[in-house]
Amino acid sequence: MSAAPPPASEPRRRIPDPREAVASPRQAATGARFYQTGTFAVGNRLLEASESSVQADPERANAITKGHRACQGCGEALGARYALDAALRATGGRLIAANATGCLEVFSTPFPESSWRLPWIHSLFANAPAVATGIAAALRAQGRTDIRVIGQGGDGGTVDIGLACLSGMFERGDDVLYVCYDNEAYMNTGVQRSAATPPAARTATTEPLPGHPGNAFGQGKNMPLIAMAHEIPYVATATVAELRDLEAKVERAMALHGPRYIHVLVPCPLGWGSATAETIAIARLAKETGLFPVFEAEDGRVSGVSPIRRLRPVEDYLRRQKRYAHLFAGAGQPEVVARLQALADRNVERFGLLAEEEER
Amino acid sequence: MPSQLEGSLAVARTVARCRPEVVCAYPITPQTHIVEALSRMVAGGELAPCEFVNVESEFAAMSVAIGASATGARAYTATASQGLLYMAEALFNASGLGLPIVMTVANRAIGAPINIWNDHSDAMALRDCGWVQLYASDNQEAADMHVLAFRLAQECSLPVMVCMDGFVLTHAFEPLEVAEQELVDAYLPRFAPRQALDPDEPVTIGAMVGPEAFTEVRYLAHAKQMDALDAIPALADELADRCGRRSGELLGAYRCADAATVIVALGSVFGTLCEVVDELRAAGRSAGALAVKSFRPFPREELRAALAGASRVIVLERAFSVGVGGIVSADVHAALAGLHVPVHTVIAGLGGRAITRRSLHALVEQACAGTLADPHFLDLDTAVVERELARSRAGGRTGGRPGPHAENILRDLGIVAAGPV
Repeated sequence: MSAAPPPASEPRRRIPDPREAVASPRQAATGARFYQTGTFAVGNRLLEASESSVQADPERANAITKGHRACQGCGEALGARYALDAALRATGGRLIAANATGCLEVFSTPFPESSWRLPWIHSLFANAPAVATGIAAALRAQGRTDIRVIGQGGDGGTVDIGLACLSGMFERGDDVLYVCYDNEAYMNTGVQRSAATPPAARTATTEPLPGHPGNAFGQGKNMPLIAMAHEIPYVATATVAELRDLEAKVERAMALHGPRYIHVLVPCPLGWGSATAETIAIARLAKETGLFPVFEAEDGRVSGVSPIRRLRPVEDYLRRQKRYAHLFAGAGQPEVVARLQALADRNVERFGLLAEEEER
Repeated sequence: MPSQLEGSLAVARTVARCRPEVVCAYPITPQTHIVEALSRMVAGGELAPCEFVNVESEFAAMSVAIGASATGARAYTATASQGLLYMAEALFNASGLGLPIVMTVANRAIGAPINIWNDHSDAMALRDCGWVQLYASDNQEAADMHVLAFRLAQECSLPVMVCMDGFVLTHAFEPLEVAEQELVDAYLPRFAPRQALDPDEPVTIGAMVGPEAFTEVRYLAHAKQMDALDAIPALADELADRCGRRSGELLGAYRCADAATVIVALGSVFGTLCEVVDELRAAGRSAGALAVKSFRPFPREELRAALAGASRVIVLERAFSVGVGGIVSADVHAALAGLHVPVHTVIAGLGGRAITRRSLHALVEQACAGTLADPHFLDLDTAVVERELARSRAGGRTGGRPGPHAENILRDLGIVAAGPV
């Protein structure tokens, strides 16, 4: 694949480590090391105001305000709020959003209520990138170039039914940031398989039956790599476990023009069969196992990776989700787990995900 | 001052004078000349400020138009045939959102079998998508109708399709006038929607609506089209006052007032019908022709008034509903309810087949003699059809094997020499 990351020997910018970001006067004064076991997260209260997250700012935009109908523990609601609040801050509130049909659209706009505190349009399932293109074209024609445009949708609306419109938006160079909130299946319609559903996962259309381990191996699309193949200015992946990383990527994207793509992993307690309190933990494990590589790419080349701090076996991630329960029932299916481990190992090697040092 | 222009170019130049801000297009024959001309005008700066977006499909074209229109920009696109069907979902969405997008449809048949020539199967398939559908009888009307269409779209908050027959009109060169810029500017106010996507006044557009309000929203779509029935004649009068040419009315009547036989049709065949009416009248037969220029909304009352005195009505349709018959004639039937005027459905001109004066004369004779089948397929090659039917029925209705007919028929006609018999 032409979009494969460059060999590890090439220089590659490391995504700033939050621990480095907090080498601040306060740290110097106290000698404290800000660090939470097993993660790179650091509490907002320990940071300088300029370093704290958008979400810690009482003046944040609250793009999706209270009263929406997302499920408890919804990763997509978190991801969308983080991303849009960051984009609103980066643009000084000069932002318009086009939303694909899906959970995010349904839970946020039960007429006559709306949770959106920015200009927002929902048209169809497949056309959010094209609607965003139309908005951007209108703004150019009107000379309102201070206003920026964001398109967003779930994995089904992005990698499946909306891929043609997304690819068209990319190749034309339209000035749109598109954010995919990937919960790895069609959750809004009752958890059916999408081209982003991982191998072995149970969905309503990939039921694990004798001889069938759930979703098949060897299928699916890697949307970030597809986006990179368009050689667009900016592609990034992120998870809802690393709030400041996601915010920084949105900020970076909004500092650029042309088509940009951010792919955010957003666990879905309903579809994944996970505890609603574990959304963040599971998102973090997706990264720390190597199953979901977190990286950035500019102009078609990987420019930075978020290293795995402490590599975990995929089993730690799989066991917390009922969609993989068939892999551990009875005698279990260790050979299937091994195949998933091999996929994670390949990601680790392919993207160079291991930190240069385990501990500091 | 008329100049010798291709229909498509006259439409493109007229659209340009309507000052669109976003034009998006995907190529499909026979609509391409219109957007090619517009792309040149945008690239040359003639249309500034205007963005031309080359999209990857008709679905994207309509979606870009939706985004642009919702942001308060005047949006235009053009399509035909398969392209119109490919954007079907977005058409319903544009009308549901009340976005005043204007689109030219260069009417063309729908495959299979693939066919690039004119009929009305495309627009008729989308007759219920909530768009206003205007049908042009000739190129001058097609061009002028776009000025009316943009105004109508804005006044009624509805998208408007201007349907013009593919090739017959789009590719015909004739002396045409393009509405003057000053005239268009005076007629067509700036597009200033009630709500638009704007950070200074954030709105949510396209929210979900449940059973508690969906019926009311749909009713309002109907009510707006009923409003358009009043708006269209008024706007046509105003346009005629300004430019001296009539265009875009609900109906166009030719020698109908005292006619015993009236032929109703949409689109460019109206010109042929007028000639045939003259010939019939010269031969002592009382005949008239009626063009339906606004098919959606359907001018039921006006049509009833225009046809009330007729002894028989022939609806000449360039599309039909397979398994039932006429599409336009069903609406004509409903409009004439209780008048006891026989309505004949005639399917003609499918896939570009010429509708000749000779065939129309024969048709009127048959209608008067009461020998028309219902529906009647004009100039149907019955021998070819019978042979193919005999072949396909040979195994009995249940014993036969399913399969297409097109290649067999072409083989019968000697058009395709190769292939197993």
